[in-house]
Amino acid sequence: MNLQLFIPELTLAIFAIAVILLDLFVQRKGVLAGVSVAGLVISAGFTLTMWGSEPQTIFNNMLAVDSFALFFKLLFTGIAILVILASVDYASKLTHLQGEYYALVLLSVLGMMLMAAATELISIYVALGLTSLSLCALVGFLKDSKSSEAALKYFLLSAMVSAVLLFGMALVFGVTGETQLSKIAQVIQAMPLTNITDNPALVLGVVLLIVGFGFKIAAVPFHMWVPDVYEGAPTPITAYLSVGSKAAGFAVILRIFSSAFGLPEWLSLNWGMLFAVLAAISMTLGNVVALPQTNIKRMLGYSSIAQAGYLMVGLATVGILPTTDVLGQSSILFFLASYTVTNLGAFIAIIAISNKTNSDLIQDFSGMIRRAPGLTLALTLCLVSLIGMPPAAGFMAKFYIFSAGVHSGLLWLVIIAVLNSVISAYYYLRVVKVMWFGEPTSTEKVFSSGALRFSLFITSIGILLLGILPGLVMKLTEAASKMLAFLP
Amino acid sequence: MSFPYLSAIIFLPAIGSIIIAFLGGNRPRLTKYLAALFTLASFILSLVIFAAFDRSAGASGTFQFEEKALWIPPLGAHYHLGMDGLNLPMVVLTAFLGFIVVLISWKENLRIREHFAWLLLLETSILGVFSSLDLLLFFVFWEIELIPMYFIIAVWGTGRRQYSAIKYVIYTLFGSAFILAGILCLYFTTGSLSMVDSSPGGRALITTAIPAAVIFFFLLIGFAVKLPVVPLHTWLPDAHTDAPTAGSVMLAGALIKMGGYGMIRISVGLFPEVARTYAPLLVILAVITVLYGAALTLRQHDLKRMIAYSSVSHMGYVLLGVFALGEMSLTGAVLQMVSHGLLTGLLFAVAGLTIHNVHERDLRKLGGLARQIPIIAVIFFIAGFGSFGVPATSGFIAEYITFIGSFISQVVDGIQVATIVAIGGIILSAVYILWMLQRAFYGPVQEQYNSVKDANTLERFYMFAFVALIMLIGIYPSFLINIIQLGVSPIVRLLGG
Repeated sequence: MNLQLFIPELTLAIFAIAVILLDLFVQRKGVLAGVSVAGLVISAGFTLTMWGSEPQTIFNNMLAVDSFALFFKLLFTGIAILVILASVDYASKLTHLQGEYYALVLLSVLGMMLMAAATELISIYVALGLTSLSLCALVGFLKDSKSSEAALKYFLLSAMVSAVLLFGMALVFGVTGETQLSKIAQVIQAMPLTNITDNPALVLGVVLLIVGFGFKIAAVPFHMWVPDVYEGAPTPITAYLSVGSKAAGFAVILRIFSSAFGLPEWLSLNWGMLFAVLAAISMTLGNVVALPQTNIKRMLGYSSIAQAGYLMVGLATVGILPTTDVLGQSSILFFLASYTVTNLGAFIAIIAISNKTNSDLIQDFSGMIRRAPGLTLALTLCLVSLIGMPPAAGFMAKFYIFSAGVHSGLLWLVIIAVLNSVISAYYYLRVVKVMWFGEPTSTEKVFSSGALRFSLFITSIGILLLGILPGLVMKLTEAASKMLAFLP
Repeated sequence: MSFPYLSAIIFLPAIGSIIIAFLGGNRPRLTKYLAALFTLASFILSLVIFAAFDRSAGASGTFQFEEKALWIPPLGAHYHLGMDGLNLPMVVLTAFLGFIVVLISWKENLRIREHFAWLLLLETSILGVFSSLDLLLFFVFWEIELIPMYFIIAVWGTGRRQYSAIKYVIYTLFGSAFILAGILCLYFTTGSLSMVDSSPGGRALITTAIPAAVIFFFLLIGFAVKLPVVPLHTWLPDAHTDAPTAGSVMLAGALIKMGGYGMIRISVGLFPEVARTYAPLLVILAVITVLYGAALTLRQHDLKRMIAYSSVSHMGYVLLGVFALGEMSLTGAVLQMVSHGLLTGLLFAVAGLTIHNVHERDLRKLGGLARQIPIIAVIFFIAGFGSFGVPATSGFIAEYITFIGSFISQVVDGIQVATIVAIGGIILSAVYILWMLQRAFYGPVQEQYNSVKDANTLERFYMFAFVALIMLIGIYPSFLINIIQLGVSPIVRLLGG
């Protein structure tokens, strides 16, 4: 076995432990953030060196090292770097346990990386557990009543969903006798079609898996935790949940459904349509409920449900298009990349502003253009991107994923989706309106730390780059998706 | 490669906008001069390509000053710009208005840097819409325009400006949602995002799972919101009325023409067969738009709102000319867009000036101003007369060609009746414009307006520039008509008319 291929994950594990140990000796806690970022950068560096090499598996086919996994590993490390940079200001609220905070972030990244790489049901389950537990602890880090409630809610629901997932996996295992995704695929494809259509156990297993991962990606009707947890969690963690956890969920879904359940067509068409229906419900409900929200974190929570809906248009496409066509996969990956920079940017700007105003209410953002012109401009760009207007990344992402939708004949779903974008414009622009035209509540300027400004600058550049010259990243996502299609 | 004229014309204002945005400090004079410089440069370049444009018959159906580069390889999208007889007049018009609105905003003193930055960005996006030959590029510019316009209305507007601004955005987004769906369908039924390389009978002839008529109507809804066509017009009076003068001029002068241009280039140009099938329906809508718009105008008391509603009515002529589908009617429609851009641009400019100087916009309270502000009054008269088609103005020649062209068009049944009914719109516009002029400028002189200032030198300069162009087109229209015909004739060949 080749342990070299596991170095990015090992690096993270080592750095996570190192951060906890350092915490005992170091007085200036800022160092811990630096060490964590260094660990992430090193891990990303190792990942980069593997890009382009032949796909391989390690630990007896439990983990794959292919460009699909590598793409997500880069995405997760990038997310975590930005989240940690954004946490530096926030950490002043966490007077103790700072080491644990950063270590938990690193551990959750490790979990997500394993999720993206896992090609086997048990390792998927274990990776999921690692991610969920670290995130639960992070959600409750503020230790006030809202944060604790959020953590408890997230923990209980995660535990229940784990049970559902395990049940689903057990059923799939019961029918096929395998836990390897590729072997499951072989067994299913070897079965006569009537054995599949008449076998409620397999279908139930697939449905339960959708339920379990639907919770992770915050799809309606498994979204109940989202608004409360987003509101209660420390804002950097909310940002982290909204992009990292969601991306990890999509990585696993893509891996399982396109490699294990990609064929026969009867099966893939059915789960494709199931995702199409979930997509329509998620985006409509997310957008409509976001309209009356007054707390910006809650609003972005519902908005992230809607975005999950747009992403599921891609999943539906994956089910409906033939397995040789990777348009659906590629558009999901691109959408995730664009959503990541956009939503992180929005949350970072919100962190910077609420640090000063101590409030997450939209009305308290009034007149921000005069108190923090740079932050306001950046947040406006992020919101424009979330609406899906050019020249921001969100537009290209939507164009790409909707074009996949039309390609697979889901015109009705695309119509619902574009009309939903119009609805969403209303609540995103409401924030813009308040910031640009409202009367400022005080004349005091809002200053933010260098780390925060730097991360906001990175996300803004990312949004514009993905919006104006998306070709480069689209090539990467295409390459990453092809890996998926080649798996037996 | 030759000098990229089109990119320069499009992006000069954007560069100016960025420079202004990051200028730093409070330097109003420098900001204004920079804005004027960049828009003037863009306008001069547009005149250069207008002069250098090949007008020979062989140039019909080809694109000049073409620029093409692969932009997004996985989607097959190109950065593709080009000029033909259809979009050249619109580009020159937009560049002209872009420069003029900077002069119009010279007295602006609220958040100056932002104002000019948004204004210049707006110009770039409109120029981009008219120059793009790739659907994705076209759509990107089409959407970018929303943000600057939103801010211009919401910050520097009057009245219920924030309501009007958000209404404008939501309406347009609603329309563009359908355009996006249409473009996606077109992309996947033809595999190409090009707006021009159509097969001989038009691209929609390719049989697909998605009926061509569906795609046609998706796109048409988007364009109809912009033009606007009744019943999708209700954003327009609010947006035009509450926008600042510069915003109104840009909106009425250049922005709503994007709808008409899109209809000709995409709806008719790519779907000639479908356009023929549904032309009777759209002609009826055009007549309704003309008459309903005119009827609404008659009931207005607000100076700007009146001009705004008259725009709705006049854009009905464009819709009529486009879907009469004759060579002459299409030429008339394009000419009408240019003419309306100048006339309504001037009307909004002069109305804005009147309101600014008089501090009153309600026609019921105005009166007798002709003695106090004679220059403004004369200009207002010229613009007003032009817009109901008095000879020697561009309005006359544009409306004349549109109506004659529609009347003799052989393509649509019953077009003669529709044309005659629509001509009633001209009578109505004569009524409301004369009535408006009478209420504002005649009647007893009112004492409280004695100290009102007339136009200053700068204002006279830009108003005379408008008048000169209006007269030039009115007296010697063929310099423009020749060019428009070059652009229209390939589309007419597709229609087989």
